[in-house]
Amino acid sequence: MSSAKSAATATASSAHSVVEPSPTSKRVAGAIVILYALITLVPLVWIFLTSIKSPPDSISYPPKILFTPSLEGYCNLFTTRTRQTPDYIAALPPPSGVCDAVTRERNMVIAGASNFLPRFANSLIIAFGSTFLAVSLGTLAAYGFSRFKVPLADDLLFFILSTRMMPPIAVAIPIYLMYRQLGLSDTALGMMLLYTAVNVSLAVWLLKGFIDEIPREYEEAAMIDGYTRLQAFFKVVLPQATTGIAATAIFCLIFAWNEYAFASLLTSGSAQTAPPFIPTIIGEGGQDWPAVAAGTTIFLVPILVFTILLRKQLLRGITFGAVRK
Amino acid sequence: MADVALKGVTRSFGDKRAVDGLDLHIADGEFVVLLGPTGAGKTTTLRLIAGLEKPDAGTVEIGGRPMNGESAAGRDVAFVFQQYSLYPHLTVYENLAFPLRSPARRMDKASLDARVRQVAKMVRIDHKLENRSTRLSGGEMQRVAIGRALVRRPSIYLMDEPLSSLDAKLRGELRLELKRIQKELGATLLYVTHDQIEAMTMADRIGILAEGRLVQIGTPREIYANPANLHVAARLGQPHINLMPADLLPGVAAPAGTRTIGARTEHLEISRARQGSAGLGPDGNAEVDWIEHLGDQNHLHIKVGGHKLVTLADPDLPVEAGDRISVRLKQPLYFGGDGQRLA
Repeated sequence: MSSAKSAATATASSAHSVVEPSPTSKRVAGAIVILYALITLVPLVWIFLTSIKSPPDSISYPPKILFTPSLEGYCNLFTTRTRQTPDYIAALPPPSGVCDAVTRERNMVIAGASNFLPRFANSLIIAFGSTFLAVSLGTLAAYGFSRFKVPLADDLLFFILSTRMMPPIAVAIPIYLMYRQLGLSDTALGMMLLYTAVNVSLAVWLLKGFIDEIPREYEEAAMIDGYTRLQAFFKVVLPQATTGIAATAIFCLIFAWNEYAFASLLTSGSAQTAPPFIPTIIGEGGQDWPAVAAGTTIFLVPILVFTILLRKQLLRGITFGAVRK
Repeated sequence: MADVALKGVTRSFGDKRAVDGLDLHIADGEFVVLLGPTGAGKTTTLRLIAGLEKPDAGTVEIGGRPMNGESAAGRDVAFVFQQYSLYPHLTVYENLAFPLRSPARRMDKASLDARVRQVAKMVRIDHKLENRSTRLSGGEMQRVAIGRALVRRPSIYLMDEPLSSLDAKLRGELRLELKRIQKELGATLLYVTHDQIEAMTMADRIGILAEGRLVQIGTPREIYANPANLHVAARLGQPHINLMPADLLPGVAAPAGTRTIGARTEHLEISRARQGSAGLGPDGNAEVDWIEHLGDQNHLHIKVGGHKLVTLADPDLPVEAGDRISVRLKQPLYFGGDGQRLA
């Protein structure tokens, strides 16, 4: 008890030692941030521009800065096409949409939908599902480690952390064989379990830090007020851990969303995710770069939306400690 | 409300005994203050009653019912913590309603609302019910924390230095309010503090804790006037009690075995030494070292031989630093070699 009190006073006294930066240093800092943002945005802009180029423009050298935008990449991404004779195409009824028209210009007709949408849906299910699992399990485990006397707690925590010390791909072959035996290869469940296993260690460690920061007096007060520990956990601890949960969820989601190696090894058909699928988009006579870029652009959107939605929580995480607890 | 009894309660952390064989009975409707320095076991005692700690030995009884094995939720006590007292993600209203919304109580909406508003008025926070609890001043936060305990009618209120983080003025105001509310409700209240003024002004009985043991318990008057030993005597009184060898000052016949004499302001008789007296003997046995002016009274620092004494003096007393004065004892407290009171 008394150590907690002194720690609280120590943070309170240092909380006011922040010096307001001068206007010049603010401007310099702003310029650096903008420069950094521009540099990191270049690849994204490049991908987006490629996605709206026509295939010849996309591989022209020197690269074209000015070009006529085309939806061909997006059309090719979502469809499969077959080549036909000009006479056959001329005999067809007028095109029924933009993609129809774009395809016919290349002497092709749309044969059907591509596999992109199902692959993208797989990515959504697997990434969000594994994130949900990893964060739920991680929160409960972190709470346990933070609040209870767990036998060998330090060893267990180290063991959990140690699973991150090796590149996951090092165990790819054993996992591949195991999954074959268990019938988990090329299933969404298998991929979810795998990503959960990788992420849960990160989740436990990150969340333990956040939960350690929540004074246990809150739960004790709730328990005295007539709540069970589990009810106190949901009513008092979880609302105060939202910041940490949001940050952890973003990290887990980004990993699961972007994972390529396991996905290409363990999935090929019905459970294939978008990352191994996108590079396999092949056009006629070579890689269909605008379609690949279109797939990448669309692939970026969910992470972008998720991060923007949780931005408030993340920002609050930075200022949380400044509020009197 | 109910009475609470601790019988031989012991709780150790590692090899340190935080509470050591504690016997304490708090009568129904009584306001008991536990006074002691940091680490005396005050907070642990409260936590043992609340069920947040389990005793290694002994029993806690609430309303005559042994509480061993009963969860915190099942004990029907209310606890005010020293800090971290409000749920930061809730408004003042929600904080006050939180105990009433618990599954153990499940009060209906209308009576819950009435209860919350009544208590908010009692602790004078009814104008800020919709505020976020983090947007309150320290005094308001603590009033809400006390209010959150008061919305219930538990068998006992437990308060762990609820006023210690407040400034002196607020502390004085809330002290009065708390005592008034306790009287109005006829509440059984166990209050823990290291502030002797809080103990003296609010308590029906004060218990002095040291190293996990209850050293003495009694009315504030008893504890102040008849301390059982040096430790208790040193806890109360402002300025601090003067401790001196038995033969330092004249005016008393110390009982046999006296090692130390304790003298508060009321045990010291000061008069100005006559001009020309040499210093030894009843006239002019001491020298005024310096004077602290407090306004309504002065702190007089006196040197007697190699000893320094501090006493209160009337600001009109015509002495200055360096003056010779004579100091006599008047019915002081006598302590033996083991620190126990002799007379």
